Amino acid sequence: MKTTGKLGLDTAQIREARTLARRVGKPIVRTAQRHTTVSVERATLRLAGLAGADSEGTPWVNRLADVVRADVGLEHGLALPVWDALLRGEADDLETLAQKASAGSITFRLPEGKDAIRAAKASHKAVGQGIKQIDRRRVERERMIAKVGDAPRKPWIYLIVATGDIYEDIPQAQNAAREGADVIAVIRSTGQSLLDFVPEGATREGFAGTYATQENFRLMRAALDETSRELGRYVRLTNYASGLCMPEIAALAGLERLDMMLNDSMYGILFRDINPIRTFVDQRFSRQVHARAGIIINTGEDNYLTTADAVEAAHTVTTSQLLNEYFAKEAGLEDWQLGLGHAFEIDPEVPDSFRLELAHAMLARDLFPKAPLKWMPPTRHMTGDVFKGYLLDGFFNLVGALTDQGILLVGMMTEAVVTPWLSDRDLALQNVRYVMNAAGNLHEDFSPKPGGFIVNRAQEVLGDSITLLQDIEGHPNGLLDAIADGTFGLMKRPADKGRGLEGVAKKARDYYNPATEILEGRL
Amino acid sequence: MSLIRPYGDTTGDGMVQLSFTLPMAHSKIAEGAAAQLANKMGMDPAMVVHSKAMGPDFTFFVVYGRVNHLVDPSVVEVVERDYPLLTPKEANAEIKRTLRRRMVVVGGCIGTDAHTVGIDAILNIKGFAGEKGLEYYREVKVVNLGAQVSVPELVEAARTEKADAVLVSQVVTQRDAHLLNTREMSAAFRESYPADKRPLLVVGGPRFDETMADELGVDRVFSRGTTPGEVASFLVHRLTTREAS
Repeated sequence: MKTTGKLGLDTAQIREARTLARRVGKPIVRTAQRHTTVSVERATLRLAGLAGADSEGTPWVNRLADVVRADVGLEHGLALPVWDALLRGEADDLETLAQKASAGSITFRLPEGKDAIRAAKASHKAVGQGIKQIDRRRVERERMIAKVGDAPRKPWIYLIVATGDIYEDIPQAQNAAREGADVIAVIRSTGQSLLDFVPEGATREGFAGTYATQENFRLMRAALDETSRELGRYVRLTNYASGLCMPEIAALAGLERLDMMLNDSMYGILFRDINPIRTFVDQRFSRQVHARAGIIINTGEDNYLTTADAVEAAHTVTTSQLLNEYFAKEAGLEDWQLGLGHAFEIDPEVPDSFRLELAHAMLARDLFPKAPLKWMPPTRHMTGDVFKGYLLDGFFNLVGALTDQGILLVGMMTEAVVTPWLSDRDLALQNVRYVMNAAGNLHEDFSPKPGGFIVNRAQEVLGDSITLLQDIEGHPNGLLDAIADGTFGLMKRPADKGRGLEGVAKKARDYYNPATEILEGRL
Repeated sequence: MSLIRPYGDTTGDGMVQLSFTLPMAHSKIAEGAAAQLANKMGMDPAMVVHSKAMGPDFTFFVVYGRVNHLVDPSVVEVVERDYPLLTPKEANAEIKRTLRRRMVVVGGCIGTDAHTVGIDAILNIKGFAGEKGLEYYREVKVVNLGAQVSVPELVEAARTEKADAVLVSQVVTQRDAHLLNTREMSAAFRESYPADKRPLLVVGGPRFDETMADELGVDRVFSRGTTPGEVASFLVHRLTTREAS
């Protein structure tokens, strides 16, 4: 038997797991290829440069998309009717066209023959400029890292800010970076994932977070650029490409040089009741944009453990990681862009809980040796006993050190008590520093005993995840049916239900989308 | 029980610990300022056992010291919740035992209110404040109608789904819209249901006063910071006791 990694996992078994993930994922990709969504089409318009909103705050991309859809439907894509109208001289630019369209003075048509070819060409050119801008942003990031320097060590220290007000977030983020954060995540306002539009402009009011908008992205990135130069290391910025506007947010992130994005293949379906087809179509497009932009995605497996028992559900994390990996690679992302998620959420009262955590984390490391895993701190068993919580976070950090995590979300002892105070963050960072300083290289000396508790547990979880993948494959309609009947232990989410379904259309034969064409490298 | 003081390691020593941050650079003066705060809070003597700079503008302190206050447990007044707080597991078991079917909850935002934050925090599996939403409860069927639901739509949905409870969230409070909408809603339910068949009516939102339930014609008002577990526990308590009586 050929084995790999510290756990000595059977390479044939790992191959089997990946093959199953591919077989389960492939029909989903085919479904995604056969459909489009309002958000994919709006993202395409955004890439062509359409920004801004009307006086009521409705973005022009929504206005324009709604009118075009009412006139000719969504199934052909919006590019042909929109650029046909521009070529017919209905307006000089997209924004004027959107204004006129929402005033009702334009009727869109589906161009045919030569008109269609001309419209396709013009749209390809316009969208190509947006993608070129994303390319320039990527080069800009690489140059800046080369010039000011990168984060000095792994794991990258990931801290969250969430005031609701972008102008409060900025000094907090800059302070967090000065205190040692390598990555700043701006939490979104609760409920943004269920908005079918991206709010516009700088925002100062959010619920438990700050709205993701293009202007907020730009402001925060500019502030962190300043801090990066001050500190002599590039500070990365993270936001969320999830919810109903996943493709648009991904496009905006690429245009404004965000560095990492939360982007999970099934989170929206399971936890937000977003329609499965909508999610898979949007997710594929957004990942294609992330691949192009050089953005690292963070997947959301920690969520499985906050809703189910972290020991019983350990294999669902592995299964989801394998699926996320398949979907990500299919969309063009590379290993270094896969921040596959997992979390330290086992009940500390469970005997051997630390050994179990270590086994699960080592399994993720050995299964995905080239991916920068994202290690998430305890939340579920943080009780308000801040002293016990501080110790738990120390053990969480120790697992992180032992398993070479790429991204470490810093745990706060005041989790579930208050939004982190300045002193909470400072103490949390001291905790991380102490553990990394004291035990950062311990992994060099540490190998779990062959046939021991940790190795056996890791093998058990891998075996369970293979069984789960086989079970999913055994469903008549594969993953979609498995999601529909509650295989993921949470909710039944049928493919014909859920939010955002009305924004999905089956592509017509003459469907055209220049963004997809460019991102898939067909032209 | 008689009068007592905090306990460090000897009865009556009155010792407490305290930590806080002052917005000033770390210095001897900062330590003195920390001791001054502790004194003003009633700690005497106060020992600043730890002080640490957090960046150029802030200092963190840990203070131990003695307070001479006495507390009298016999005069402590507690506002008791009139229903027991249940875990999801307990709530599921209780529903199974008494209703012998799943509990049906219909929810939404009425009027022009498009802010589904509140209703989603309570209903979505994602939940709020570390607690999972009602969707997570196996024995609860959740029908979330989302935003801008009209009152007739809400009544209709409650009838079709045979709702045991209707949850309404109101965030927008311009010109007391939340109060007007709630009264309209409760009136509509009173009209279309016989009194003993009406589903439980629950409203929630950041600007509601929890004592206004009667005035608004609903069974319960929840205010800012309410968690899904509290709502679930209330529903289970009221519905299962109603069933038993």
